[in-house]
Amino acid sequence: MPQIFAALASGILFGLGLGVSRMIDPSKVQGFLDVAGAWDATLLVVMVSALAVYAVGYRLVMRRPKPILGDVFHVPTRRDVDARLVLGAAIFGIGWGLAGFCPGPALTALVLGRTEVLLFVVAMLVGAALHDVLIERGKA
Amino acid sequence: MTNFTPLPALIGGVLIGLAAVLLLYLNGRVAGVSGIMAGVMRMGGAERWWRFAFVAGLVLGGGLYLALGGNPVITIEAASAYIIPAGLLVGFGTRLGNGCTSGHGVCGVARLSARSLIATAAFMATAIITVFIVRHMIGG
Repeated sequence: MPQIFAALASGILFGLGLGVSRMIDPSKVQGFLDVAGAWDATLLVVMVSALAVYAVGYRLVMRRPKPILGDVFHVPTRRDVDARLVLGAAIFGIGWGLAGFCPGPALTALVLGRTEVLLFVVAMLVGAALHDVLIERGKA
Repeated sequence: MTNFTPLPALIGGVLIGLAAVLLLYLNGRVAGVSGIMAGVMRMGGAERWWRFAFVAGLVLGGGLYLALGGNPVITIEAASAYIIPAGLLVGFGTRLGNGCTSGHGVCGVARLSARSLIATAAFMATAIITVFIVRHMIGG
């Protein structure tokens, strides 16, 4: 139960950050991706400041033997770069560029009550579920 | 066209970074939105509920942003025909590539993971190309 509240608090802070930084506005995201047009560097500042905080925080937290509310740290250990990684990221980028939404901002923007956002999120869930049915079932 | 807004970007980015550090510190989990979102559909029991709480938190965080006087207006430039394909690509691609802007772009890059650095380069590249085609060749 405490883990659920911790995740809720983290999600709220994350969503607030996406709102304050205006990453919930897809035209700002596309403005960053539009290097041939009137480039808007906002996303770069958001990303660099978030990862600077996380880079420091990660090193401090990982000195601990375990998280406060759990037994182990679940951090990725894979180091291999395979075709799935690159292909998946490339496919994601096409969708991101088309709509200007990635998963975090799209979920946060649901609160705005726009039909397009809801359609995007539903399609995103279907896309993720399709992957898990087609690819993961194929592996097993 | 949007304008560069560095100060809100910095504040928002720090909030996002802190949210990710909080989730790692308390629950020992990486704040990768696409993986968490897919886990809500895939996982059972407690594994599902902390993920659900995080996703609910994102929406509530957007609500908190609005309650604090945030701007509810966003500009969705994408033609309505692009919204569903874009969502499908984002959902499928982030599953195949094991992450999105948050998991790879922020958390992975911050710990200099080779997989995340390559994934981030790949999705940035295809997103930039997509926006170039949509904005400058098709003429959005």
